[in-house]
Amino acid sequence: MTVATLRNSVLDLATASLRDVNRTLHLAEAGSFEVMHPNGAHALACGLDAPLDVTIRGHVGYYCGGMNKTASITVDGNAGTGLAENIMSGTVRVTGDASQSAGASGHGGLVVIEGDASARCGISMKGVDIVVGGSVGHMSAFMAQAGSLVVLGDAGDALGDSIYEARLYVRGTVASLGADCVEKPMRDEHQAELRVLLDRAGYASVDPAAFRRYGSARRLYHFKVDNVGAY
Amino acid sequence: MSQSPKIPRTLPRKSATFDDHTLAEIRRAAATGIYDIRGAGAKRRLPHFDDLLFLGASISRYPLEGYREACRTDVVLGDRYASKPIHLKIPITIAGMSFGSLSAQAKEALGRGASAMGTSTTTGDGGMTDEERRHSTQLVYQYLPSRYGMNPDDLRRADAIEVVVGQGAKPGGGGMLLGQKISARVAAMRSLPEGIDQRSACRHPDWTGPDDLEIKIRELREITNWEKPIYVKVGASRPYYDTALAVKSGADVVVLDGMQGGTAATQEVFIEHVGIPILAAIRPAVAALQELDMHRKVQLVVSGGIRNGADVAKCLALGADAVSIGTAALVAIGDNDPRWEAEYNALGTTAGAYDDWHEGTDPAGITTQDPALAARLDPVEAGRRLANYLAVLTLECQTIARANGKSDVRNLEPEDLVALTVEAAAMAKVPLAGTDWIPGVSGR
Repeated sequence: MTVATLRNSVLDLATASLRDVNRTLHLAEAGSFEVMHPNGAHALACGLDAPLDVTIRGHVGYYCGGMNKTASITVDGNAGTGLAENIMSGTVRVTGDASQSAGASGHGGLVVIEGDASARCGISMKGVDIVVGGSVGHMSAFMAQAGSLVVLGDAGDALGDSIYEARLYVRGTVASLGADCVEKPMRDEHQAELRVLLDRAGYASVDPAAFRRYGSARRLYHFKVDNVGAY
Repeated sequence: MSQSPKIPRTLPRKSATFDDHTLAEIRRAAATGIYDIRGAGAKRRLPHFDDLLFLGASISRYPLEGYREACRTDVVLGDRYASKPIHLKIPITIAGMSFGSLSAQAKEALGRGASAMGTSTTTGDGGMTDEERRHSTQLVYQYLPSRYGMNPDDLRRADAIEVVVGQGAKPGGGGMLLGQKISARVAAMRSLPEGIDQRSACRHPDWTGPDDLEIKIRELREITNWEKPIYVKVGASRPYYDTALAVKSGADVVVLDGMQGGTAATQEVFIEHVGIPILAAIRPAVAALQELDMHRKVQLVVSGGIRNGADVAKCLALGADAVSIGTAALVAIGDNDPRWEAEYNALGTTAGAYDDWHEGTDPAGITTQDPALAARLDPVEAGRRLANYLAVLTLECQTIARANGKSDVRNLEPEDLVALTVEAAAMAKVPLAGTDWIPGVSGR
C-alpha cells in the first residue's frame, strides 16, 4: 500500500502490516481513519501526534493509543493491557472493557472505558482524566499523582494506594482504600468538576451527586518513622 | 622477699564482627528508628578488577607499537534492529543520572565532556532537560518505572532509549528523592508537589516479565519509527537469565550494572546487601549472548566501579562491548574534591567519604538543587575535566590492548587475563595466576 498521502482512509490489518498502519497514522496531519481487522494487534495507533479521528473496528492488544497526542481514537471493542499508556492529550475511548493498567502514567487528555477496567487502572497517572462506565479492579490509581479517575461502578481493593494529588470519584462501592487514601467531602467545586468530566465522557445523564470523592491524606508525603506501619 | 609474678596484660581487642562502623550503625539505628539512606554504590571490599592482571605479550604473542600502530576504540551500539544505531568514538559512556539528583550544571558538564570525546550521556529519573539535550551530541533517554517527565517528544528527540529494569545499587528497588531536592522545576517535571519526599516505583506500571517487555519494546519502536536503539538495563543479580530474556525481548543493547554502581539515594542495607559485583556478572551475561549467537550482535555495556583504563580493558576482555561510568565521572567533574574539605567537615564527613547526596547540600554543587551551591560548578571547566579523564581512560585501555597485541580494544579476550585470587578466577573464569586452574571450569 502507499502510505504517505493517505487521508480519510480505511486501513485494513488483514492486508497491511502494523508498521504500515502506524506509519500512515504518524505521517497524517489530519483526517479520519478506520482501522479494520485489528485482531488483538499490539501497539496499534500508538504515538499519534496530530488531530486525527481514528476508529478501530474490533479488539486491540497491548498499548493501543499509547503516548497519544491530540488524536481522538475509538476502539469499537475491548482493549488489552496499557490502553492509552502515558497519554499526553486527545481522547482514547473503548466501547468494551479494558485490561490492566489503562491510562497508566497518562499526563493529559481523556480516556473513556465504557465497560469495565481491570487492575491498576490509572496507575501512576500524572494529569490524565479517566472515566470508566463500569467498575475498576484492584490497585487502581496506585501512586496516582494528578488528574481524575471517575468510576461509575465499583472499585476493587486498595483504591488509591500511595496516592498523591489525583482526585478519585466512585459512584458504587469501594472494596478497600489503599495506604494514605481517604474519603473526602464532595464540595460544590468537585460536583462542578465531575459534571464537566461526565459530560466530556458522554455521560450527561449521570448525576454527580451520586459519587463519593477520595484522595490523599498526605500523611506519607514526608517519611516519618511513626508511619512505618502504613508502608 | 618474694614478689608475685607479673601477669602479662592482653591489649583491649575489638570485635571483627562488631567493628566500629557496625557499632556506630547500631547506635544510630537505636537513636533514630529509621534506616540509613545514602548515595553512591557499595563501599565494602568486593572481588573486583584489581584481582585480575593482563599477561601482556611474550614469545607466543607479539605486541603492537605504542603511539605508532593503530588500536581502534570506536564501537557501534544498537544495530540489531535500529535503523540509526549509536556510533561512539570510545567504548566508555556516561551512565544514567537524573536532573533532580544532579544539578543542571552537573548535567551540562557531563554532556559537554562526553560530547567532546564522541560518546554518549544518559538521562535519568525525571525526564530530559533542554540543557542536557543541547549539550549532548548523543543522548540516551531512560524509560523508567516512575515515568516522571516521560513524553513522546523527548522519546523521539533522543538518540537511543534505555528501558530501565533495575540498577546495580538496588536491583528490585525504586528511586528516592527527598523533599530538599524537589525544587519547583524538579517538581514540575515530575508532576509532584514541591518539597515532598518522592518515592518512585520499582516496577513499570504497564508491563511485568519478559513477554510483556517484548511488546513494550515493540511499542517504543513503533512510536520512534524503528530508528532508535533500545537498551535494556538490569542490575547485576541473575545476569545469565536477565541477558537471555532481554535478548528474547528484542533488546538491541543490554546494560549490566554491578553493585558498585552508584545511586542518588537508597537504603545503605540495600546498597551493600543486594546484587552482585560486576566482576561476577560479566561472564554469565556473555555466556548467554554466546549461546544465543548474539555476542557482538546485541551489545553488552557494563558498569559498576570502573575507575581507570585497566578496568575498561578488563571489561572488554571479559566480553563487554563498552562500559559506562557514573561515580568516576562525578569525581572527574569535582565530586568529593578536597578543596571543599572544610565544608565536608562541617557536614560531619570528609572529602572522599561524602555520600549524603540526597540531602541536597553538596559543597561541590553537583548533587544539589540549591542555586548558590550549584553555581559553584562551572560546567565548561567541569566538562573539560571529564573529557580529559575520558581521554586518559581510553589511552590506558589502548596501552594495555597494544601490549596484548590487539589492534582493536574489543579484541581483548579472556585468554589475556589471569586472576590473583581464587574468587576472582572463579568469577571471571580466567586461570589463577601461574596455574591453568579455573575454579568451576577446569574440573579440578
